[in-house]
Amino acid sequence: MKGKIIKWIDQRFPLTSFVKSELTGYPTPRNLSYWWNFGFLAGFVLVLQIATGIFLAMHYKADISLSFDSIQHIMRDVNYGWLLRYMHSTGASAFFLVIYIHMARTLYYGSYRAPRELMWWTGQGLLLLLMATAFMGYLLPWGQMSFWGATVITNLFRATPYFGDQIVIWLRGDYTVGDATLTRFFALHYLFPFLIIAGVVVHLVALHTVRSSNPSGIDLADKDNIPFHPYFTSKDFYGLGVFLIVYSIFVFYFPNLLIEPANNIPANPLQTPTHIVPEWYFLPFYAILRSVPNLVGGVVAMALSVMVFSFMPYLDRSRIPGGAQYRPWYRAMFYFFVIDMMVLGYVGYVPPTDESIVAGQIATFFYFALFTSLPLISKKEEQWLVKRGLPPAVEALIAGEAREKGKLPYRRRKGDIS
Amino acid sequence: MAESDALDDTGRREFLMKITSVVGGTGVAAACIPFVASMNPSADVLSKATTEVDLSGIPEGGMHTIAWQGKPVFILHRTQEEIKAMEASNGGFQPQPDKERVQKPEWLVVLGVCTHMGCVPNKEGPGWTCHCHGSQYDDSGRVVRGPAPKNLEVPPYRFIAADKIVIGEA
Repeated sequence: MKGKIIKWIDQRFPLTSFVKSELTGYPTPRNLSYWWNFGFLAGFVLVLQIATGIFLAMHYKADISLSFDSIQHIMRDVNYGWLLRYMHSTGASAFFLVIYIHMARTLYYGSYRAPRELMWWTGQGLLLLLMATAFMGYLLPWGQMSFWGATVITNLFRATPYFGDQIVIWLRGDYTVGDATLTRFFALHYLFPFLIIAGVVVHLVALHTVRSSNPSGIDLADKDNIPFHPYFTSKDFYGLGVFLIVYSIFVFYFPNLLIEPANNIPANPLQTPTHIVPEWYFLPFYAILRSVPNLVGGVVAMALSVMVFSFMPYLDRSRIPGGAQYRPWYRAMFYFFVIDMMVLGYVGYVPPTDESIVAGQIATFFYFALFTSLPLISKKEEQWLVKRGLPPAVEALIAGEAREKGKLPYRRRKGDIS
Repeated sequence: MAESDALDDTGRREFLMKITSVVGGTGVAAACIPFVASMNPSADVLSKATTEVDLSGIPEGGMHTIAWQGKPVFILHRTQEEIKAMEASNGGFQPQPDKERVQKPEWLVVLGVCTHMGCVPNKEGPGWTCHCHGSQYDDSGRVVRGPAPKNLEVPPYRFIAADKIVIGEA
C-alpha cells in the first residue's frame, strides 16, 4: 500500500528522487566537525521561534494601553503562557548565539571563499532580517527598554540626508514611538520570519549547488563524501540534544537572565531609564555606534560594521587552501577579532564614561583595521607560506584529493605556482 | 501594415516594450503611494498638534515636563543668576545667544529630546545630562558636551496670557 501511494506521488511529484538527491544520497564531506552543526541548529531555532511566536500572538494585544498587561496575562493566566514566552525570549538569544557561531566557523575555515560567496551573502541578508525581526519583537512587551530601544534605533534614520526627520516620523507613524509604531512592528515581526524562511530556502539551494565546505578546506573527492542521511542527520540530532540541554537550563532556571529588569516597567515616554542597553547580541555594534562622537559618523560606522562581512571574499587575497588552521597569521587575526568583539560587547554594556569611551574607540579602530589590513596581510602570508611550504601532510592531502578528482583543488589565477 | 512587417520591425518592437515598461512601472509606483502614505501619522495623531500650559504652578528655579505631540517639553522657570549666566555665554557646539532661545528670559521652553538619539535628558545641577550617551546641555538648552550635535530644540509657542502658553503654534 505504502509503495503504491509513493509510486502514485512520484508520477506527479519528484518525491523519491528529491529525497535521494538532497538527503539519502546527498554527498557530504565525511570530516565535518561539530562546528558544522550550527546551520541545522539555526534552522531548528527558526522553527521554534515561529511555533512559540504564533501561539504567543494568540494571546498578545498590539495596543499601547493593553500590550504590557497582555504580557502579564500570558505569564500568569494563559496555560503554559510563561513557558511559551520564556522559550520565545530565550530563543531569540539562542538564535543569535547559534548564528554568531555559524558565522565564526565560516570565517575560521574560510568557507566564504569561492565558490561559496553567494552562501555568505545570502547569510548576510538573513542576518539583517534576523536583526530587524529581533529589534521589532523587542518593542512588543512595551516596557521601558522596549520603548527607549525603539526610540534610539528609529532615531538612527535621522542620519539620512535631506529627509531624515520625515523618514523617522514615517517609520514611527507618529512624532514619537507610539501606538502606530507598536502595531506596525507587530505586523512586521510576524511577517519577517516568513521572509527568513524564503531566504533560508535560497541559502540551502545555494548550499546544495556548491556543497558543504569542510575543515580541511579542500574540495574532497567522491570517496571522501558520505550520504547526509543517516550519517549527518544523526550527528545533527546529537548536537541538537546538547543544544536543547543548554537551552532548557536557560528557559527553566535563568529565564530572566537576558531580560533587562527595566523592561518590567511599563514604557514611559517622558522618562528615559538612566542606563539604556540593547540586548547582548547588539552590544558590539552599539559600542561602535557610541564610539564615534558624531551622529552620522556613528550610524555609518555601525552600518559598516555589520555589512563589512560581505566583503570578506574579496578582502581575503590568500589562495592557500583551507581556513585558519594552515594560516597562522589569519588565525591570529581571527582570535584577535573574537577578543575585540568581546571588548566591544563589554564597552556597549557599561555606561559611557571617559575610560569606556576610549576603550570603545580603540576596539572600534581595531575592528575596522582587521578588515582593511586583511588584503595586504593575507597576500604577504600567502607568499610566506609558499616559501616555507605547507606541512607535508597537507601537501599530501591536497595532491591526493586532486589526483582523485583529476583537477586542481582551488581556482587557478595568473601567477599561481604550479 | 502587413503582419510580417510588424514582426520584423525590431525597432518598433523595442519601442513598444520600453513604453509598456514605463507605463507599467509608473502604475506600480503610483499604486505604492497609498501603502507608503498609510504609514505616515494618521489624522488623530496630527490633531495632537497643540498643548496649553499654565505656568503659574512652576516656582522659580523649578522645572516641569509636559507632553506635547507625545514628546516631553521642559519648561524651566529660571532664576536671575541662571539668566545672567546664560546671557553671558554663547553655548558650546552650536553657539547661539540666549536671547534667541527664549521669549521671556525667565521662561525657557525646550523639547526634552536629546538631539543625538532621542533620549530624555535629566535635570542635573545646572543644565541637563543625557544618560544614554553622556551629552550635556546648559540652562539655555544649548549643547556643551557631545555626542549630541545640536542644541535642544525650541518648539513653536506663544504667550496667550502672562502665565499661560500654547505650544505648537507660534
